[in-house]
Amino acid sequence: MERIITYAKALSEAIDMCMAKDDKVYIMGLGVPDPSGFFGTTIGLQEKYGKMRAMDMPTSENGMTGVAIGSALTGMRPIMAHHRMEFALLATEQIINQAANWHYMFGGKSSMPLVIRMFIGRGWGQGPQHSQSLQAMFAHIPGLKVIMPATPYDAKGLMVSAIEDNNPVIFLEHRWLHTITGKVPEAIYRIPIGKANIARSGSDVTIVAFSYMVIEALFAANILMKLGIDAEVIDMRSIRPLDADAVLESVKKTGHLVVADQAWKTGGIAGEIIAIACEEAFGFLKAKPVRLTLPDFPSPSTPGLTRYYHPRAINIINSVLKMLGKNEKTEEELDIVQKSPLDIPNKEFKGPF
Amino acid sequence: MELKISDRQSYREYVNELKNGDLKLFYYDMLRIRLVEEKIAEIYPEQEMRCPVHLSVGQEAPAVGVCKALGKDDFALSTHRSHAHYLAKGGNLKAMLSELYGRETGCCGGKGGSMHLNDPSIGFYAVPIVGSTIPIGVGIALGFKIQNKSEVSVAFFGDAATEEGVLSESLNYAALCKLPVIFICENNLYSVYSPLSVRQPAERNLIDIAKAHGVEAFKCDGNDVVAVYNATTKAVEKARIGGGPTLLELSTYRYYEHCGTNFDNQLGYRSEEEFNLWKAKDPLKMLALKLVEDDNFKLEIEQMTKVINLEITDAFAFAKSAPYPDEASLFTHLYAK
Repeated sequence: MERIITYAKALSEAIDMCMAKDDKVYIMGLGVPDPSGFFGTTIGLQEKYGKMRAMDMPTSENGMTGVAIGSALTGMRPIMAHHRMEFALLATEQIINQAANWHYMFGGKSSMPLVIRMFIGRGWGQGPQHSQSLQAMFAHIPGLKVIMPATPYDAKGLMVSAIEDNNPVIFLEHRWLHTITGKVPEAIYRIPIGKANIARSGSDVTIVAFSYMVIEALFAANILMKLGIDAEVIDMRSIRPLDADAVLESVKKTGHLVVADQAWKTGGIAGEIIAIACEEAFGFLKAKPVRLTLPDFPSPSTPGLTRYYHPRAINIINSVLKMLGKNEKTEEELDIVQKSPLDIPNKEFKGPF
Repeated sequence: MELKISDRQSYREYVNELKNGDLKLFYYDMLRIRLVEEKIAEIYPEQEMRCPVHLSVGQEAPAVGVCKALGKDDFALSTHRSHAHYLAKGGNLKAMLSELYGRETGCCGGKGGSMHLNDPSIGFYAVPIVGSTIPIGVGIALGFKIQNKSEVSVAFFGDAATEEGVLSESLNYAALCKLPVIFICENNLYSVYSPLSVRQPAERNLIDIAKAHGVEAFKCDGNDVVAVYNATTKAVEKARIGGGPTLLELSTYRYYEHCGTNFDNQLGYRSEEEFNLWKAKDPLKMLALKLVEDDNFKLEIEQMTKVINLEITDAFAFAKSAPYPDEASLFTHLYAK
């Protein structure tokens, strides 16, 4: 029988299984042993593995990332968790100068097995410093791997791969994904880092997304189907390495490309994916490709503004309709007006964080 | 003991016979570092070593005194000024010089340069971001503790790094977990051209930063290799039995400019008088005074110099004749397998 669990539970299972399998794996983060356990992803680990392997830490993001790096040099396999991506910015010196460079700059003599989990907040007024999507910054850096799983199945498989990888892996979790549910096998399994997944196959248009935007893209694709448009949704899963082949293959088939990225437009991954399509499959494109991103402005707090700030399914639908020369629609016309407020993913998602 | 140093082989045997704590070996190691650095300074103007160099001349005693108190499996982390630390910890001279020449035989295969000396087999890494290796040194100590190992970790840094927030983060965590790490601050009084007086309050001792975090800290004459060795040995012994971290502030002085192979007193950021004061306390000179009663020692110095110079000539020839890495290696080692 297939088992349905949440994204958070899938992550917790992956970490637990890796810790059980290899006593070099440990997890640290401010609040790892808390009752809330990193949104349900670290609950019970300290009871099971002790304080030396599931550990709290001082509020010293940069120093403690250096500590994780140092421990990796003695054969440990650290997982570090940050409640928000913005806190991890304090650690960019260690992540970018050290962890990312270590293998290359020392001529391949030592490796850096390190997973850094960062959470992208959104909703309930998280605002300018708790809801930024800064993945492009990390994906810019050679030596890092950056993964952004969208489903519970991928979350577990990619977490196992990340922990077993001998390189620094930035593991980005969107807060609105922790509560989603999906089929997840009980046994341990791995999903290769750098391989995209065709989340829905189609023939008329390619919608590329990752992390939370995959959910919006799949929703949009279902509505588009009702309008007679067969969309293919590519879930990139990793943004570095980026699976260019998956994008190109799809674009060559559909000739139309929309990239939905919940980050800023300038210097972003959406632009990178479109550049790849233009460089490698220009002759196949039947229309100008479209980047669907946040506006190039900081992330506001009030629901009065966030409703206009974050792209959602209707924006994807209209990008596709416009690209195909069809009339744009409103949410009312399509009967997809969300009943709960737009600053939460579902009724269960409550403040204050 | 009668010396028979006719060639380097017999000298190596002699060096091997010396015990780890033997002062002659301390002298030998410091002299070797100095002669290597002076040779680099001499031929750097050829412009074949195409990377910045931060010479350790004047600061040999902290490197040798600390590393002599360590075992091969203990780790040492260093900074932009790492030549002395690398050699004292047991790094390979040919691999170091090859790296300065950017050759494929370098310790980074040419990808790091002078500021990234490393040799995992002897537990040594250096990087040039000020303060950056301090938490890594602490993390190595954490790794040893989790795995119940008895090794210790040493983080070398300069006085400037004590102004970095990451030192406080590192001290706090090392004290919290009683980690087997020794913080070695080589205080050479300058951060490039900026003296301590414009960077830190005069009424606060540098070691008080460590004490405030609950880390035992001591000042020590950093030009007295024996004092450095003794202080480090104590700290290492304490760390090995779970006694936690120690910080040692070692006062010392660099003779050359911050980066490069010139003397720069004429710039006026430090005085000739200060410079001469420190030269009078030169680490090699101070140790020679202790050994002078040994009649053979003057002769030994001559012979040490001869043998070391042979090794240096050999190593430079090796490095200069080694090939540059090929184009394909630009694209290797992005990710570990």
